[in-house]
Amino acid sequence: MGVTFLCAFSILAITAYVVWELWINSALPRHQFGWSFLVTQTWDPVVGNFGALPFVYGTLVTSALALIIAVPLGVGSAIFLAELAPPMLSDGLAFLIELLAAVPSVIYGLLGIFILVPALRIVEPYLKSALGWTPLFSGPFYGVSLFSAGVVLSVMIVPFIISISREVIRAVPNDQREAALALGATRWETVWDAVLPFASKGIAGSIFLALARSLGETMAVTMVIGNDPKIKASLLAPGYSIAAVIANEFTEATGELYTQSLIELGLVLFALTIVINGMARLMIAASERGKV
Amino acid sequence: MTGRLLLWRRKSVNIVMLTITAICTVMAAGVLVYILGYLFIHGATSLTWNFFTKLPTPVGETGGGMANAIVGSAKLLMIAAVVGIPIGFLAGVYLSEFGDGPFAFFVRYVTDLLNGVPSIVMGIFAYTIIVLPQKHFSTLAGGLALGVMMIPIAVRSSEEFLRAVPKSLREGAVALGASRAKAIFTVVIPAAKNGIITGVMLNIARVSGETAPLLFTSFSNRYWSEGLNQPTASLPVMIYTYAVAPYEDWHQQAWSAGFVLLTLVLGVNIIARTILARNQHVAR
Repeated sequence: MGVTFLCAFSILAITAYVVWELWINSALPRHQFGWSFLVTQTWDPVVGNFGALPFVYGTLVTSALALIIAVPLGVGSAIFLAELAPPMLSDGLAFLIELLAAVPSVIYGLLGIFILVPALRIVEPYLKSALGWTPLFSGPFYGVSLFSAGVVLSVMIVPFIISISREVIRAVPNDQREAALALGATRWETVWDAVLPFASKGIAGSIFLALARSLGETMAVTMVIGNDPKIKASLLAPGYSIAAVIANEFTEATGELYTQSLIELGLVLFALTIVINGMARLMIAASERGKV
Repeated sequence: MTGRLLLWRRKSVNIVMLTITAICTVMAAGVLVYILGYLFIHGATSLTWNFFTKLPTPVGETGGGMANAIVGSAKLLMIAAVVGIPIGFLAGVYLSEFGDGPFAFFVRYVTDLLNGVPSIVMGIFAYTIIVLPQKHFSTLAGGLALGVMMIPIAVRSSEEFLRAVPKSLREGAVALGASRAKAIFTVVIPAAKNGIITGVMLNIARVSGETAPLLFTSFSNRYWSEGLNQPTASLPVMIYTYAVAPYEDWHQQAWSAGFVLLTLVLGVNIIARTILARNQHVAR
C-alpha cells in the first residue's frame, strides 16, 4: 500500500515544487525591486521598470465589485432554494446552477465581449446620470472597463455562492426552524434569526471561495477589462488585473527581467489565493463541525 | 392596537423579504439561462461542416475550420489524464482507506488549496519546468499543466466514492482471508467503479475548457501539430484568439467553437450527474 501513500505524499511535493519554481524563477525582480514591487505604479517594459500596483488594484477592485453584485443575489437565491422552493423546483434549479458552474471561463469571456459590453453601453448613460457625480462613475466609457470585468466575474461566481450556501442552509437542523416557528416567528424571522446565524460560517466560507476564484480568474477578465496598466478612480475606465497581464504579456515578454516580473506576479496571485482559500476551507470545516 | 400594527408589520416584512429572495433566484437563473441560450442559438447557426474538417484559413480569407484545434484539445486532454488521474486516484485510495491521522488531514487540506490555485499559475509552473529548459512551446507542457490541475479533483472525488462503499464489504473480504490490499483492489474499488468513472469524466470536462494555462505552454498553431513536442492549437485558445481579433468572420468561428466546447462540457456533465443521481437513488 506504499504506492497509495507515495501518491498522497506526492501532492504535498507537487505543491511545494510549484512554490519553489515560482520562487526561484522570480529571483531577479525580487532582488532588484524588493517589496517596492508591490507598491510601484509604473509598468514600463521598455526601460525595465516593473511595479505591480496597477494590477493588484485592478484585481482587488474587480473582485470586490463582483462580490457586491453576487453576494446578495447568491445568498438570496440560496435562501429561496433551501427554505421556500418546493423540493422539485429546488433540485431542478440547483442542477441547472451546478451546470453553469461548469461553463469554461473563456465562454463567459466570449459572452462578455459580444453581449455584456454592448448591453453596458446602453445602460451606461443611465448609470452616469444617477451616479455620475461620484468619481467612480465619471469619464468616458469605451465598453471595456473595470466595471465590465466586475459584472462578468459576478455572473461567474453566483453559481458557486448559490450551490454551497444552499447546501449549508439545508444542513441546519430542523429543530432550529421548528423552535422558532413554535414561538410564533414568521417564515422570514425564522430564516433570519434561527437559520442564517447557524449557517453564517458556511456562507462566509462560500463567499471566500468565490472571492478566491474571482481573484485568479483569467480569461473572462482579460477579454473585457481593457488591459491598461493605469490606476484611475473611475470604474468606467479600462484597467488591468494580475492574471490578465500574465495572460497577455507572457509570450511577448523579452528579456529575463520582464518574464521574471510576470512570474513574480504569478507568485503574488498564488499567495493571495492560498491565503483566502485557506481561510475559506477552515470556515466551512468549522461550520460543518458545528452542525453535529 | 399597537400589537395588531406590529403583527401587520411583521407579516409584511415577511412577505417582502421572501419575495425578494424569489426575485434573486429568478434574476440569477434568468441571466444565466439567457446568455447560454444566446450562445446555443448563435453558435449553432454559425456552425458548418467545414468547422470540423478544415484547417484555419490565413487572415483575410473567409471560411476554414478548426480541425487541428479539435485534435489538439483531444491530445492535451489525453496527456492530462495520464498525468493527473493515476496519482489523484491512488492518493484518493490512501485517504479513504488509511486516512484517519493528522498526515491525511494535512494532505486533504493541501489538496483543497492546490485545487484553488489559479489555472494561470499552473501554466507558469508548466512553463518553468518544460518550456523554459526546452526553449519551445509543446503539447506536452500544456498537457502537464492541465494534468496537475486534474490531480486535486481526482483525489477528492475518488475518496468520496470509495468512502461511500459500505464497511461490511471490506470486513467481509478480510474475513474471507483477503489481505487489506486485496480487499481494496478486488472488492472496494470495483464496488465504487461507477462513481469513480463519472468522477473522471467530470474532471476531464472541467479542464477541457481551461484556456489560461495553455496560452504559454501549448501556445497555438495554424497547422497540424505532429507528435507531442510541437506547439498545438486547442479549442479554448482558438475561442480566445478569434474572439479578441478584429475580423467578423473570426467572431463567427469563435461562436461555433464556443458552441462545440460548451455542448461537450455540458453534455458530459449532464450524463455524469444523471448517472450519479440514479446510483444514489439505488443506494438508498
